[in-house]
Amino acid sequence: MDLQEISNRSSIRVIEKIIDETPTVRTLVFSDDTLSNVLPGQFAMVWIPGVNELPMSVMVSEEKGKAAFTVRKRGVSSTALYDLQVGNQIGVRGPYGNSFRIKDGKILLVGGGTGLVPLLRLAKFAKPTNEVIILMGSKTKEEMFFEDMANKILAKNKHQVITCTEDGSYGKKGFVTDVMEALMQDTKFDGIYTCGPEIMMYKVVQMANSKNTFVEASLERMMKCGIGICGSCCMDESLVCHDGTVFDGQFLAKSQEFGHTHRTKSGILENY
Amino acid sequence: MSPDLSTKIGTLRLERPTMLASGILGISLEVFSRIHKSGAGAVVTKSLSKEPWEGYPNPTIVGIKGGYLNAVGLSNPGAPYFAKMISPNKTIPIIVSLVGSIEEDFEFMVKQFENVHVMAYELNLSCPHVEKVGLEVGDDPNLVTKIVKKVKSMTKVPIISKVGLGTTNYLDTVKAAMDGGTDAITAINTIRAMGIDVETQRPLLSNKIGGLSGPAIKPVAVRCVYEISSKYDIPVIGCGGVSTWEDAVEFILAGASAVQIGSAIGDGWIDVFSEVNKGIANYMEQKGFSKIQEMVGLARNF
Ligand SMILES: Cc1cc2nc3c(=O)[nH]c(=O)nc-3n(C[C@H](O)[C@H](O)[C@H](O)COP(=O)(O)OP(=O)(O)OC[C@H]3O[C@@H](n4cnc5c(N)ncnc54)[C@H](O)[C@@H]3O)c2cc1C
Ligand SMILES: Cc1cc2nc3c(=O)[nH]c(=O)nc-3n(C[C@H](O)[C@H](O)[C@H](O)COP(=O)(O)O)c2cc1C
Ligand code: FES
Repeated sequence: MDLQEISNRSSIRVIEKIIDETPTVRTLVFSDDTLSNVLPGQFAMVWIPGVNELPMSVMVSEEKGKAAFTVRKRGVSSTALYDLQVGNQIGVRGPYGNSFRIKDGKILLVGGGTGLVPLLRLAKFAKPTNEVIILMGSKTKEEMFFEDMANKILAKNKHQVITCTEDGSYGKKGFVTDVMEALMQDTKFDGIYTCGPEIMMYKVVQMANSKNTFVEASLERMMKCGIGICGSCCMDESLVCHDGTVFDGQFLAKSQEFGHTHRTKSGILENY
Repeated sequence: MSPDLSTKIGTLRLERPTMLASGILGISLEVFSRIHKSGAGAVVTKSLSKEPWEGYPNPTIVGIKGGYLNAVGLSNPGAPYFAKMISPNKTIPIIVSLVGSIEEDFEFMVKQFENVHVMAYELNLSCPHVEKVGLEVGDDPNLVTKIVKKVKSMTKVPIISKVGLGTTNYLDTVKAAMDGGTDAITAINTIRAMGIDVETQRPLLSNKIGGLSGPAIKPVAVRCVYEISSKYDIPVIGCGGVSTWEDAVEFILAGASAVQIGSAIGDGWIDVFSEVNKGIANYMEQKGFSKIQEMVGLARNF
């Protein structure tokens, strides 16, 4: 009961540092022993007092005992989180959800935007024997972030960070999925992991499945409770907050909804 | 021979005495199917309104000592959408929960389900945190009678009225629902409550006031079931804080023919249905009961 109370009620944290990643993405750093140690793929519910409470993947922090959220401003609530100042309070509860199963050998991480957050944590959890390739994509050079961070986290591993932009202003030109397709022509991976826009993940999962390569994706759905009570995050018969957010390729291949539909705040299915 | 876990709530027959409570996990047919397979004798949908509702902004659900506070704001995709969604269903015992302000709201919603397989309707006369519906309706016995009568006149499936603790004595609401022809009563909904974060000095819920559920309300709910079944001849479904088989048996002994489970899913997941069912069966075996009905209301003998 005590444990339940601790994890299902927000603890108040103070923003200690803010890092501008791009003109629309910021990382907010705060002290939190529990969240600093979460598994790759796990998320927290973040209370912006007076505004809303949102699900956010927990970002790695270079400092011990610290955790972070990397937020992109979209609507009113994420913008309010983005606009917070050093010294402001947020509430956090969690961690919630399952995590990636990291395979031995050569692994590929495919992500875009804030979808890189759980993938960087995965990189941090990689075994010294893992060879890691991270494929990160954005629309333009201006929106590219986390490249240095990825190199730093993987300093001890054999690794490669490949960047690509849709307009070709930085790294390779094209979608991450195009680069991935080319990469898979001559490289066999032991595991592929992805997080980002669902259409991207859908293609990544399809490609991996077609080559019988183990693949996992971390999904986003509308979340209110984060703890398997409200039902707002359902996808087929799964509750993404409780059964996920990480699902494997075999499971996703059978899904009627993955890559196609998600639910609105009232629970109506909507096409992507 | 293993005891028979089936139960009867008036004319309504369930294979097992545990049901999914309204508002918990209930927006898709696939999830209902999973919960049914995991042991629930029936599933109650989220309370549906005429139109889709987004609900309140978060925080809408917070854990507190002994349970949860929630003010979800009855978010739901609306009765027309929902009726279409569940229309392929043939096998899952689905009880449709409805919420509205006036008879016409309910009339409109029941029409949506005319050609859909529905096991029963549960009328939410007791949600404590949305204006003009729920508890505000339950607090007006005349309106309750009119609404129940209207729904009853439109359909042959059983009508369950779900009551809670408002400003009117809930026993008068029960009587009003019976006057309208209700087939059963669910007791109780969440209890109006609030919590405040001392660090930020703000209410925990965006709506400030919400409803309390979970173990904290169980003794209150047991008392209500006991009072209703002592005072009136009407089948009762117990709801509030059931998380173990002992809780379920306690409700049955107080007078409930079945129980609903909500908050416990947040703590122990949907395995709670099979665990509670198994525990009830063991208890029946030990005590020599062969049917649930033999236990209903036994505590009233004292
Ligand atoms: C498990 C998980 C982890 C996430 N991690 C991050 C992260 O690390 N960084 C980040 O910037 N964003 C993350 N998000 C997305 C983030 O929660 C939403 O973008 C944010 O809630 C948008 O809120 P808004 O009110 O500003 O936007 P709105 O204008 O209200 O909505 C914009 C879109 O955001 C999505 N959204 C809105 N509210 C929610 C909600 N409560 N739950 C899920 N999706 C919602 C919907 O798709 C909606 O269409 C994550 C989401 C999930 C489910
Ligand atoms: C998140 C949440 C949402 C709920 N939504 C509804 C609802 O839509 N309609 C309703 O009649 N009751 C609703 N309830 C009340 C429950 O059905 C139930 O009466 C109450 O939670 C007590 O049972 P419990 O302690 O097992 O949760 C909700 C409860 C919770 C916790
Ligand atoms: S967010 Fe409430 S059940 Fe998943």
